[in-house]
Amino acid sequence: MSAVPTPARAEATPEGEGLVVNLGGAWRITQPLPAWPKVLGDSRPRAIRLRMDGVERWDSSLVRFVYEVQGWCRAANAVCDTTALPETVRGLVEQLAQAQEKRVPSDHAQNFLASVGLTATDLWRQIRDFANFVGECTLSAISLVKRPGRFRWRDCFSEMQQCGAMAVPIVSLSSFLIGLTLAYTGAIILRQFGGDIWVADIVGLSTFREMGAVMTGVVVAGRTGAAFAAQIGNMKTGEEIDALETLGIPPVDFLVMPRLLALTLMTPLLTMYANCLGILGGMIVSASVLEIPPSAYWIETQSIIDLSDISVSLIKSVVFGMLVAVAGCLRGLQAERSAAGVGRAATSAVVTSILLMIVADAIFAVLFNVLGI
Amino acid sequence: MNANPELKPGMPEPGPAAPAIEVEGLECRYGDTVVLNGITFAVKEGELFFVIGGSGCGKTTLLRHLIGLMKPAKGTVRYFGENFTDDDLAARRNLLKTFGVLYQSSALWSSMTLRENVALPLEEYTTLSRREREEIVALKLAQVGLAGFEDYFPAELSGGMRKRAGLARALALDPRIVFFDEPSEGLDPVLSRKLDELILQIRETLGTTMVIVSHELASIYALADRVIMLDHDAKGIIAEGRPRELAATSGDPRVQEFLTRGGEEVRPA
Repeated sequence: MSAVPTPARAEATPEGEGLVVNLGGAWRITQPLPAWPKVLGDSRPRAIRLRMDGVERWDSSLVRFVYEVQGWCRAANAVCDTTALPETVRGLVEQLAQAQEKRVPSDHAQNFLASVGLTATDLWRQIRDFANFVGECTLSAISLVKRPGRFRWRDCFSEMQQCGAMAVPIVSLSSFLIGLTLAYTGAIILRQFGGDIWVADIVGLSTFREMGAVMTGVVVAGRTGAAFAAQIGNMKTGEEIDALETLGIPPVDFLVMPRLLALTLMTPLLTMYANCLGILGGMIVSASVLEIPPSAYWIETQSIIDLSDISVSLIKSVVFGMLVAVAGCLRGLQAERSAAGVGRAATSAVVTSILLMIVADAIFAVLFNVLGI
Repeated sequence: MNANPELKPGMPEPGPAAPAIEVEGLECRYGDTVVLNGITFAVKEGELFFVIGGSGCGKTTLLRHLIGLMKPAKGTVRYFGENFTDDDLAARRNLLKTFGVLYQSSALWSSMTLRENVALPLEEYTTLSRREREEIVALKLAQVGLAGFEDYFPAELSGGMRKRAGLARALALDPRIVFFDEPSEGLDPVLSRKLDELILQIRETLGTTMVIVSHELASIYALADRVIMLDHDAKGIIAEGRPRELAATSGDPRVQEFLTRGGEEVRPA
């Protein structure tokens, strides 16, 4: 076993108008260390002479202590004599002093106006990047329509399975519970007026026209959009995207289009499925709590839902699927080449997808109102 | 009292001291596959010690066992006489402070700036104030030639700079031992030589014991005080000594072939 080192110590002894500071013991940065203000006490010496004869072992902590003593001497106009210290220590103290001159202070609070300006230019850059990317995807889609043999169908089917079939359980659960919640909420009001049967109308209309597509979109954004960003971001970190580009294969053709098509096809299917599950949820609440027979509920639902509602749901879901795929792939391609960058890309993909879906949903609301759908 | 004015930080305390590292009868396995068997060697304090051998001979596996990332199937690893392979977690944690590791890919935390990367071990293991920590961070970055790069993220640096930043982090707690896993990997010969110089300079100023896993012959000849050579088929050490002496005197064709790159003269003058 190695000998137990003595704790680091610094003892000040008066010497004329000055002070001799004797350093001793083992100076380890991970162990308790003497503090210069305590060593100095109330004395205000004109000169300080440092000695380290009793030091058994030292590291950067001793270097930093000597640097602090030198700093105090400079501020107090005292003479600091380090000639008794070994050459290596003096060299490192000098290096520490030089390093402090180049040191970048950690406090870098930004001017408010500068922050606003930077945020605005960043927002403008993001809008431009998004528009560019949509343009690239459109050109790629046109070229693939002309030469469908180049399309990576195998990747597309695999993505369809991943983002469609594999998402069925979570979409089932969320849409069923939404239908259930809508029915309960509607029942509270409608019961007061004896209009229990209209629960079917509320659940059916709100599911088909709004909740089905939005909820599926949110689930797809969280599940698939984030996965697209993380996967593509990781490929970028591993220089896989660079390898595609140097082979002359546009990453948009190879990586984005199969995912875009897969999600654009699967989101409407998932949405229709979610709509059915939502109605089922409403039906179960009506049968068990409101005592409306399922057949009556079904007939009421059929009377309120027409082709226009189904079209609204389909149109929204196609657009939502495209938005999630575009946001996920774009964020993945924009990811920084690091683990943190990939994490940020995944988060940003979900936030962007949901934001775009909300904006699109608002535009649809106005548009369908104008068109009378 | 030790009155030696040129006492170096890494120099042993007075009296008989245990070697910095002692490895005894170490057996490394992946499941049922034995990778290394009967590994025994010791590294003296302040020594520049190389673990060499061809690709796939178990160099990195040995390193991972030495630094506690893998548990040995048999055998012991002792640092300064204290057992590291025991299950005593407090003792292990205490010993972890005595060494730093520079990983092959630098392994800097990508979500943190260089300042935060180097400061984290200081925050974890010392009672230094924020200002004092920042002073030490600046010193460590200056020691590896990265003064003023405190606010850079690892992704913003070149491969060589990342390597040096990784070294600054490994040196943050002034460890008595530093392990290097393929330090020259991915660096050009000039950067590789600069890193070698940095390693020598740190040993000179801090007296740190260095254990370097490498197959870079130029570095081996330039730096190594002593090497052990591992072999895939022998699953153990096939040679131990000074690299030049081994190249000149070893009768083992595997050692000869490795150290002379199949007969080609690569030793620097």
